[in-house]
Parts: sequence; C-alpha cells; structure tokens
Amino acid sequence: MRRRHFLAGALAAPATAALPPAAALLSACSADRRRRSADGTITLRFQSLAWQQESIAVNKQLVAEWNAANPKIRVSYVQGSWTGVHDQLLTAFEGGEPPDIIHDATDDLADFAYGGSLADLTGLLPRRLEEDIPQESWGTATFGDGIYGVPFLQEPRMIMANRALLEAARVRIPTARDPWSWEEFEEVAGRLTRKGTYGVAWPLKEPVSATLNLSLSTGGRLFHRGADGKVTIRFDAAEQAVPAVIHRQLGADRTGSRTTLGMGGSDTLPGFFGGKYAMVPLGFSYRQQLVQQAPKGFAWTVLPAPAGPGGDQRQGVSPQTLSIAEDCPYKEEAARFIDFFLRPRNMVRLARGDWLLPTGTRALADPALHTREHGWATGTALAPALRPAPAQTVRGYPEWKDKIATPGLQEYYGGEIGMEELRDRLVDDGNLVLARYQR
Amino acid sequence: MKRTGTMGTRRTARAGQYLALLCYLAFLVLPFLWLMSTAFKPPRELATLDPRWIPDHPTLDNFRQAFDEQPLLQAAANSLIAAVCAAVIAVALATPMAYVMARHRSPLSRAATGWVVVSQAFPLVLVIIPLFLILKNLRLIDSLAGLVAVYVVWALPFALWMLTGYVRAVPRELEEAAAVDGAGKARILVSVTAPLLAPGIVATALFAFITSWNEFFFALVLLKSPEKQTMPVILTHFIGAEGVADLGPLAAAALLATIPSLVLFAVLQRRITGGVLAGAVKH
Repeated sequence: MRRRHFLAGALAAPATAALPPAAALLSACSADRRRRSADGTITLRFQSLAWQQESIAVNKQLVAEWNAANPKIRVSYVQGSWTGVHDQLLTAFEGGEPPDIIHDATDDLADFAYGGSLADLTGLLPRRLEEDIPQESWGTATFGDGIYGVPFLQEPRMIMANRALLEAARVRIPTARDPWSWEEFEEVAGRLTRKGTYGVAWPLKEPVSATLNLSLSTGGRLFHRGADGKVTIRFDAAEQAVPAVIHRQLGADRTGSRTTLGMGGSDTLPGFFGGKYAMVPLGFSYRQQLVQQAPKGFAWTVLPAPAGPGGDQRQGVSPQTLSIAEDCPYKEEAARFIDFFLRPRNMVRLARGDWLLPTGTRALADPALHTREHGWATGTALAPALRPAPAQTVRGYPEWKDKIATPGLQEYYGGEIGMEELRDRLVDDGNLVLARYQR
Repeated sequence: MKRTGTMGTRRTARAGQYLALLCYLAFLVLPFLWLMSTAFKPPRELATLDPRWIPDHPTLDNFRQAFDEQPLLQAAANSLIAAVCAAVIAVALATPMAYVMARHRSPLSRAATGWVVVSQAFPLVLVIIPLFLILKNLRLIDSLAGLVAVYVVWALPFALWMLTGYVRAVPRELEEAAAVDGAGKARILVSVTAPLLAPGIVATALFAFITSWNEFFFALVLLKSPEKQTMPVILTHFIGAEGVADLGPLAAAALLATIPSLVLFAVLQRRITGGVLAGAVKH
C-alpha cells in the first residue's frame, strides 16, 4: 500500500505520557456520554476507505441496512482516504479520538497492534466468522498472540495479457490448474517480443512488495524468524529466483520494457492498450481500469502469475481489514456490526464493488465470483494459494523497504548493480536496520 | 553603424527575454491545460499511446460522477470559510505586529523575527500530535473554528515576514511629514500608512488564503465529520490503495478546486503586482 508514513518516526513525542490514566479514564467516560443518547442508542463511527463508485455505494448501503435493522446501535459512515491513512489514524489514536471501526490493510496494522491502539479481537468475533475465514488469512492480521483485524478483501497479482498477441504467438494459455513455470514465462515473453512490442512490462515504481510477494512461489521468505523470536534477513537462491527473472527480462533478454521501471500500474495501460506490451503483471483490481479504459475491440485476458517448483502458486497478500479501536467503549456492538458487514452475501457485494477477492470461503464459493467474465474465475481459483505477505509482521520493515530495499531493487533491475551487491545491501544493511527495532 | 549594432543586440536580447517568458508561461500553464483536457475526456481517451490535447468525445460525465460520489459543493464551502477566515485573521494580526517590528527596534521585535525563522524550519510531524491534544482539550477537534485557528498560526509567521518588508518599504519621511502637518499617530496610520500598505496586505492575504485553501494534512487529521471536510481531503477520495486514481473525476474535481484561486488572482492581479513590487524594493 502506498501511504505517507511521515509520522511513524515521530512517535517519541511524549503525547501518550501526557495523558495520565485518570485523564484517560475520564476521557473514555465522556466519550461514552457523547456516544450514548438519552434513549440508550449508541453511535459507532465506521471509517471506510472505499473509494471506487460501486464500492462506496455498497458500503453505504450496508451501513443503511444495519441501521434499519439495529436502531439502538447506530453506525455512522465516515469516508476515509488511503492517502495519509496511517498518519491520520496515528494522530487519532494518540489523541484518543479514533474511529470505532477501522478499515485498513494488514501491512499497516503492525505499529497499531503492537502499540495497543487496536483491540484484540480474540473472543469478540462469532464462531461463524472465525470459521469462514481461512487460517492463512487470519495469519495476516495476527500480531504476537492477538488478532487485530478481520481480513476480508485480498488482491493477488495476476498477468493481464493481450489476447490477440498471445494467439498470434501460439503460446500455451496457462490456467489456474496448469500455470506457467517461471522458465516458461520467460520463454513466452521472448516469443511475444517483436519489433515494437515487448513481451512483458513490469511496473516497478514500488518494486519491493511485487518482488517479495511473488517470491513465495519459489520458496523465498526473506524474513526468517529465529527461536528467540528475532527476525533476520536472508537472500539465498529461493529469494533470488524471481528478481533474477525480472533482471534477465529487462537486461540480457530485452523481453521486458525498461521504461516501465519507474511506472505505477496505471501508467503501463496506454502501452498495453497500444500493443507495446503483451503482458503486464498487475493487481487483480486493475481489471476495472481495463474494462473502463480499454479501446473498443481490444481483447484482454487474466492469467495466473507464474508458479515455482512443483507448481507452487503461493504469493503474498496484505488483505484489507476491519479493526476495532482499543478506545471504543462498545467493542461487542462493533464486533456485531463487523459480523453483519462480512456475512458471505455482503462480502461478495464488497468484493465485486472493489474488484477484489473475498477471504471468506463461503463468499469465495458464490457463483458470482466464478464467472469467466473479466477473469473472476481465474482469480478465485488462486485464493487457496494466497499467504500473508512475508514482511508485514516484521517491525522495522517500512524503514528497510524505503531506505534499503526500494533503491537496491531499483538499481538492480536498472542494471546498475549485480546480484551480489544487492544481496549485501538487503542482508547486511537490512539486518542492521531490523536489529535496531528488536533490541 | 555602431548604433545599428547596439539596436540589433537589444532586439536580440528582448526576443530572448520574450522567449524565456514564453517558456516559463508554458511551464506554468501546460499542467493546468492538461488537467482541463483530462477533466473532459471519457475513460477510453485517458489511456492511449497517442493522447490529445482536445478530447475527441468531450464529456461532462467526469463532473457528474465527481458530484455524485463526493460532496464537492459542501467541501468547497468549508474550504472557502476556512481559507477566508484564516486569511482575514492572519492579516489582521500580522499587520500591526509587522508595523511595530519594522518601525521599532526592540528585544521583542528581535524575538518575533527569531520566531518567524524558527517556525519556518519546524517540521509538521513534531507539532501535529500535541496540537491535536490541545485542540481536543479546547473542544475544537472536528470543527472549522479549530482548523481556522491552526491555519492562522501556520500562516502568521510568513505573513508577518512579508508584511514587515512592505512596512519597511513605506518611507518613514511620509509619516514624519504628516506629523509635522499636525496629524496624530492614529491619523497617520489610517490616512498615510494603511493606503500605502494596501497592496502588501492584499498580497499577504492572498498568500494566507491559498496556503489554507490547499492545505491537506491538518484538515485530514483534525476533521472527522463528512460534512466538515475540505476540498483537498475530498480530492484524495478519488485515489485508492497503491496510488491508483479515478483519473477523470479526480481531474474534474481538481479543476473545480482551482477556480477560486484563479478568480481571486484575476480580480486582485493589479494590487498584487503593486504589492509584490513594493515589498521587493529596499529604500
């Protein structure tokens, strides 16, 4: 997730220390008075980060349905924004005025979970919801011994491909059951590369999450937790496999466009529509932009990401979550709202609104998500292979990512440094950063 | 012969100046024109390898969608209230302070100058959480009044610095001449100094207005109710995770957000130019 985190390092400010326990208690009591009206109706504030037209409509509709069915527990919808959400929440938590129910993503929760700002949901959620979401997904929101968010929408990385170019090159079309291996992917990219057309365009403006998440398929974990609970970085053969493929495509093979190194996903679409790139690895939700912006007659298809040895299709994801603030005086009521909000039928509506995959197994089984139209079925078939993104529970990851991994990978993909130099930077410099957070 | 050569050199220099001006103008105007073009383009024309300045099929759908999805008018009204109040209050406070700082050298003036310098180097991250707690204790969180207070404090140092320059540019001799003619201190300030300071005051107010109108982070953090949010915060609602944006409606809303500043500049252009020049000249 791309967010501004410029407050993250400033929390040494004695803001919380300035609030003694008695004051905090008083604050909680006054908050309680403000939230409960004379007739006993309580009001919960739900900050949603929905931003696409259909998604906002579904969110508001679900809140309206809840309010109609639960007049004594009113939920007020607050429109949040992905831009600056971390700093906004951080300030709200420190100031004791957070929203009660918080929409965010698992890769943003670590500081809030470890810092005690979010409520541990263990024991608060109904068994139905606990059983509906697979353990792998719960693992994305588990920090220490607690669960600090309900993961509900997730986004695998897929390959958006120009169908006409694939057919013209007579390559095998991969399926979720029979995906390309990384070697086959390289070969196909070579066959698709013609004069004026690159086989693949990697949008690598933010190279770290793409590299780390796809590396799970080759067994790359990068962050290894020892018996003492401390995390160290290793960058061995399993971790080097995917970066090496991308490096070859952009360098020696010239089957990948180097101009997309600094691009975000949306920036590659004009070239994709114009036939300049045959394949673009993008998040699952980019399909909406393809539907809206593709020229009439342009045929595109959604392919699964390449698999590692033995057909390993695992990849890391950082699902969107719903959490409850520790300061919320009505946690049980908030948990009931989350349960309602994430009923299978509603999860399907949310997933379709955001063009993402739900985490719930019953929602995933819904026929609406198994249609071949717009690649829904391909994405849904990949759901069992989705795992927690390798880095999200690692403290110090944001600093490692910004200061070491992002420039290191960009220089490596740009051909300015080799694998050895990259390894030294990621591991040696990286472990120094992590050590500071694990003293 | 020599004269002709000098004239030729002058003409070349003048042509160079115009060319540089034209390049600078293009640098300033082209992004705005591109924004305008994007606002009227249908989705299919937003992602082509051959983008055009003038849309093939211009549409108002982006504006319609922007208004349907977000409370743009409400947000614009909130931004306008916050920015106008902040500008008026900042200038009202800064003008007498600037006069004192420019005309009377005292430890207080030096301290105020130091405050101006320090405030410009103060990182936002250090103030936001304490500021949040102070406003919370004053029950000013989630209120435009609280936001205006923050904007005034934020704009005040620079406004003070600007206005001090303008006051210094007003010749002290004019005030002394008025005093010789029998005018009292108040009369001198109202009838002599204030009219000469007007362009500077307008330029400073405009600076405070635009700073507040464009401000994002304080508004994001301090306002919670949807009906109180300001334009820059609403604009981010068209941007999703990983920076993916709903480009058409975002451009449409951003275009609307630039209108107040453009109108203000157009209306006050002459006064601003006079003000800037006055502040720039040292006597």
